[in-house]
Amino acid sequence: MNLTANSFIKFYGSSIGKKVIVALTGLALIGFLLGHMIGNLKVFAGPDKINGYAAWLHSMSSLLWLARIGLIVCFVLHIYTTIRLVLENRSAKGSRYAANATVKASGASRAMFWSGIIILSFVIYHILHFTARVGNDYDGYIDSSGRHDVYRMLVDGFNWWPASAFYIISMALLCWHLSHGFASVFQTLGLRTERTWGLIKLAGYAYSLIIFIGNCSIPVSVLAGWIN
Amino acid sequence: MTQKKSDTPNAKIPSGPIESKWSKHKMDSALINPANRRKYTVIVVGSGLAGGSAAATLSELGYKVKCFCYQDSPRRAHSIAAQGGINAAKNYQNDGDSVNRLFYDTIKGGDFRSREANVYRLAEVSENIIDQCVAQGVPFAREYGGLLDNRSFGGAQVKRTFYARGQTGQQLLLGAYQALQKEISAGGVEMYSRSEMLDLVVINGHAKGIVVRDMVSGEISSHAADCVILATGGYGNVFFLSTNAKGCNVMSAYRAHKRGAYFSNPCYTQIHPTCIPVSGDYQSKLTLMSESLRNDGRIWVPKNAQDVGKPARQIAEADRDYYLERKYPSFGNLAPRDIASRSAKEACDAGLGVGNGGLGVYLDFADSIQRFGKDVILSRYGNLFQMYEKITGEDPYSQPMRIYPAVHYTMGGLWVDYNLMSNVPGLHVLGEANFSDHGANRLGASALMQGLADGYFVISATLPNYLVNETPGNVSTDMPEFKEAEEKVRDQINRLVTINGKRSVDSFHRELGLLVWDKCGMARSEGGLKEALEKIPAIREEFWENVCVPGDSGNMNQELEKAGRVADFIDFAELLCNDALHREESCGGHFREEYQFTKDDPEVSSGYTNEGEAKRRDEDFAYVAAWDRNDDGTLNLKKEWLEFENVKLATRSYK
Amino acid sequence: MNLTLKVWRQHDASSEGKIETYEANDIPEEASFLEMLDIVNNGIIENGGDPIAFDHDCREGICGTCSLTINGVPHGKESAITTCQLHMRKFSDGDTIFIEPFRAKAFPVIRDLVVDRSSFDRIIESGGYVSIRTGSAVDANSMPIQKDDADTAFDAATCIGCGACVAACKNASAMLFVSAKAKHLNSLPQGLPEKDRRVIKMVEQMDKEGFGNCTNQYECEAVCPKSIKSEFISDLNRQYATASVKEAIG
Ligand SMILES: Cc1cc2nc3c(=O)[nH]c(=O)nc-3n(C[C@H](O)[C@H](O)[C@H](O)COP(=O)(O)OP(=O)(O)OC[C@H]3O[C@@H](n4cnc5c(N)ncnc54)[C@H](O)[C@@H]3O)c2cc1C
Ligand code: HEM
Ligand code: HEM
Ligand code: SF4
Ligand code: F3S
Ligand code: FES
Repeated sequence: MNLTANSFIKFYGSSIGKKVIVALTGLALIGFLLGHMIGNLKVFAGPDKINGYAAWLHSMSSLLWLARIGLIVCFVLHIYTTIRLVLENRSAKGSRYAANATVKASGASRAMFWSGIIILSFVIYHILHFTARVGNDYDGYIDSSGRHDVYRMLVDGFNWWPASAFYIISMALLCWHLSHGFASVFQTLGLRTERTWGLIKLAGYAYSLIIFIGNCSIPVSVLAGWIN
Repeated sequence: MTQKKSDTPNAKIPSGPIESKWSKHKMDSALINPANRRKYTVIVVGSGLAGGSAAATLSELGYKVKCFCYQDSPRRAHSIAAQGGINAAKNYQNDGDSVNRLFYDTIKGGDFRSREANVYRLAEVSENIIDQCVAQGVPFAREYGGLLDNRSFGGAQVKRTFYARGQTGQQLLLGAYQALQKEISAGGVEMYSRSEMLDLVVINGHAKGIVVRDMVSGEISSHAADCVILATGGYGNVFFLSTNAKGCNVMSAYRAHKRGAYFSNPCYTQIHPTCIPVSGDYQSKLTLMSESLRNDGRIWVPKNAQDVGKPARQIAEADRDYYLERKYPSFGNLAPRDIASRSAKEACDAGLGVGNGGLGVYLDFADSIQRFGKDVILSRYGNLFQMYEKITGEDPYSQPMRIYPAVHYTMGGLWVDYNLMSNVPGLHVLGEANFSDHGANRLGASALMQGLADGYFVISATLPNYLVNETPGNVSTDMPEFKEAEEKVRDQINRLVTINGKRSVDSFHRELGLLVWDKCGMARSEGGLKEALEKIPAIREEFWENVCVPGDSGNMNQELEKAGRVADFIDFAELLCNDALHREESCGGHFREEYQFTKDDPEVSSGYTNEGEAKRRDEDFAYVAAWDRNDDGTLNLKKEWLEFENVKLATRSYK
Repeated sequence: MNLTLKVWRQHDASSEGKIETYEANDIPEEASFLEMLDIVNNGIIENGGDPIAFDHDCREGICGTCSLTINGVPHGKESAITTCQLHMRKFSDGDTIFIEPFRAKAFPVIRDLVVDRSSFDRIIESGGYVSIRTGSAVDANSMPIQKDDADTAFDAATCIGCGACVAACKNASAMLFVSAKAKHLNSLPQGLPEKDRRVIKMVEQMDKEGFGNCTNQYECEAVCPKSIKSEFISDLNRQYATASVKEAIG
């Protein structure tokens, strides 16, 4: 056991080990994002559906907490590891070129840290906004069946346009992050082959786009008055 | 040149039939038990195929090895540039190859100027080399069945050449380099990169150490050992322009020569016919294009001098001279290297050369493209065409390539006996740096074979013959001989950095190279050689008065490195020209204009050979010239007469 | 053609360096990039200055000695060539060219444009070989190798160890180099017995040398003169992860 733990510490200490952790946690987050988006899209099915869905989630409180803990661990590991990577990489490069040029690296791949920071600030804001419900009286929103009225919370929340704008901008950066991150997972985990690489990249763009459109559709619909 | 003593150097060739000489010799050789081996320190200078393989193998056997190279990594030794392949008498193709045939081809290819016993051993050992390299992970070309593929190469009628695309040398060297790194990691080899050997230290007549300069810090240091192995490559850069890497030099071999080692057959230099021509006087090196191009390309020049400036495609078929096809109808464009090279020179000398400066001939693929289609040609030579395009900016599909011969390999080198030991006890010489196996001309794909044979299989068996009589560790760098050598090295360096003249080192090297190429290149004559011998001292004199080596010697100083090498090239050029002058015959890579077949010779009238072909003079010159130096710097020739017991001397004919 | 060069000058490893400007006049367009530097150096020498130090040897793209980051791109922006294979006809009269050393902490500058790449040797030393003693090999044809595998091994083995991948990578990661060696040896039956040990050791050494972590940016692949594929990095990731798991669970 001890040896196994040591091996893990060694693995995590290595460059590839850290990368694998980033990829695995990234993958978990990718999964969460998709599920979360599908859940959120129930808002289009009307208050009853989404409020019911939320109530159902909250009814399994131990499972929910398990998932939350998992999610938090993934987030923390992902962020902590990427910060370490970024710091190590800066120091490994040392000095920069006077004439800087990029041949192939995509903008997304070079901006992972910055897009990540925006995502982080978004998540903090978002949790304060809808989960902790700080600054608003969302806790008092109860629907006719006595459930928490998530539907109204969303409509009210997004009707304040600066919040929507921040969401949309954040989604753009998130998807930019993913446009590189998705395929990157396959590269990091050694799951890419010459033939599948094109497909993997395509899937990454498609996934990012779906998340972007799916998530943005909610604030946009609210602002446009399609949902009220 | 005086001819004081005429004692023959003893090649120590074992007795008995040629087939069993090597096994008998191995049986008779001394053995050192493993526990004692680690008491011996061996210096290996050079990390190419010869040095790298020797260092790794000796370390595996338990010797303590110190290995030196001037590059930043042993993996970059010039062996890396070899393209074509490596020969071995495996007979995997079942086309009648054998050790005997490889032996015979090599002797004949060398124009009967090599030692039978050495060449036979080379052919014998060739098989083990391939096994060894494959086991190391060298990715030789394979057939679909998974077995090794072979190609044929100049001077042979069997397919015995193993290859790794056009990068055989690189792959073999990586194998040797990795073996070397393995031994470094095991603690058996201490590697000194960016370290240049500047002198050999001889104690009581035995080679016991070297003096090196750390090319980063400029520090001069001594290293003592129980014996010294030089594997420092060839001296082709005496011509300035050659296919060798820029750093290739004669320094270590020449300084060993100055310490008493015989230098053999320096005039045997190989000129490769298919190189990219010189494009201007800024040119720093020449690039080889694989000889395989001659399989499908036709070589020609315009018939008339007034067509020379015209675009090739505008010269009518009837106005073209396909001179190789004309002169050698049966071999045509595939005539041996020396012949193809000389013919190109003749055409250009006659004012028919094409391209910049009139030093080039066409290698035309138009007919082949028409016959096989562009795709076939592309699949055969695509990478070569691309390389040509990169360098010249011309498209070889739409206009013929221009090629010209360039210095490529040097058969001469330090004299060694059958044990690969020079006349200075303890000093062993491997690879291109020795003279041993190729006679007056080397066959394609045989240099890699020789380097690896020497390093992996020969030296490990023969070194104990010397070491067994030596008490390990009986010299130290505190001895006065080391101090004297260090002093000498420092003096020379100080002199170089304080001349503060006006001319760059390169300008001297260029001047020397042009002269040697002109007078001692593809064709040599008494008059020309004498002229060169008159001019070289003047170059030397000006060099030591007017060279400019900026900076100081206490850190990296690339001009200083070059200056040391060029100083030796200047001295060496004299030796080269003297050897060429004394060898009054033509053979292999040494062509003396005075000695060629004329129409009065019976061989020509009978149609056996052509007018203008090289004429050997076996009765007078079937020997290895081993040059010694007297204390006053004059040369002293020793002859090792060659005995041919297994092959009959014959005039080469490729008609 | 006439050019303006902005060249990194640094006396030795411990001194500070800076960019200096040189005029390169009357450069023939047939000259190679290194020949252009020869011409400039000749001029510097004749005017009593200190010539620019740069690494080079074979000048035909195979030894991996030449380096130089040209206008921000290691080996220049032409693809799949080394600096010594770059020719001046790819530039235009009046161009300004930045010439800097390969930059990475694991490649300290020795002088001007010359860097120390011995970290690569130490990586190979840690496991980039097959442990076979001279003389103990079996017959070369006793172990047939599928042509595809042999070809892949060859593709990987063409790496010349120039370090451009590291120089181009924003993270100074040596993954392309390391993965190429791992792929070369691990694709062949001769290299299989040591596969796990090899990847673990080489990665360990790579990290110890202070190279950065790959974040899948693929600059390395774009500048590699031998077109080594980033796919090999992916393979190395997997092989390392599996080898680590094997090591962990014994
Ligand atoms: C372009 C080209 C293509 C070729 N193609 C083929 C081919 O297809 N087949 C074939 O069989 N042969 C070929 N050859 C010939 C063959 O490559 C060489 O003869 C052979 O590789 C020489 O190996 P080596 O080990 O003797 O010397 P090298 O590989 O030249 O090694 C010399 C070593 O000595 C070191 N050294 C030199 N001087 C000093 C010094 N003063 N101090 C310290 N170290 C020093 C160097 O650092 C280097 O490590 C080719 C040659 C060239 C130039
Ligand atoms: C929902 C949120 C997030 C998701 C889905 C996500 C997903 C991913 C994925 C899939 C990768 C690619 C992993 C790989 O290269 O194999 C990645 C990389 C990265 N992420 Fe995130 N991430 C998220 C949040 C963050 C946050 C908050 C940060 C920031 C601080 C961050 C910083 C990074 C960085 C710097 C990388 C590049 C590291 C690398 O490629 O090795 N990410 N992310
Ligand atoms: C516009 C798009 C989004 C909408 C409409 C939305 C909506 C919501 C809502 C309503 C909740 C509260 C659920 C509840 O407490 O019942 C929630 C929770 C959460 N959201 Fe989002 N979300 C969106 C995008 C995102 C994104 C992009 C992320 C991640 C990067 C994210 C991460 C979270 C997290 C971590 C929680 C807390 C879950 C928990 O309670 O444990 N959300 N979201
Ligand atoms: S992988 Fe490419 S760029 Fe990196 S060292 Fe090898 S050849 Fe150079
Ligand atoms: S550029 Fe660097 S980030 Fe990875 S893919 Fe190449 S090593
Ligand atoms: S000098 Fe050898 S690769 Fe450029």
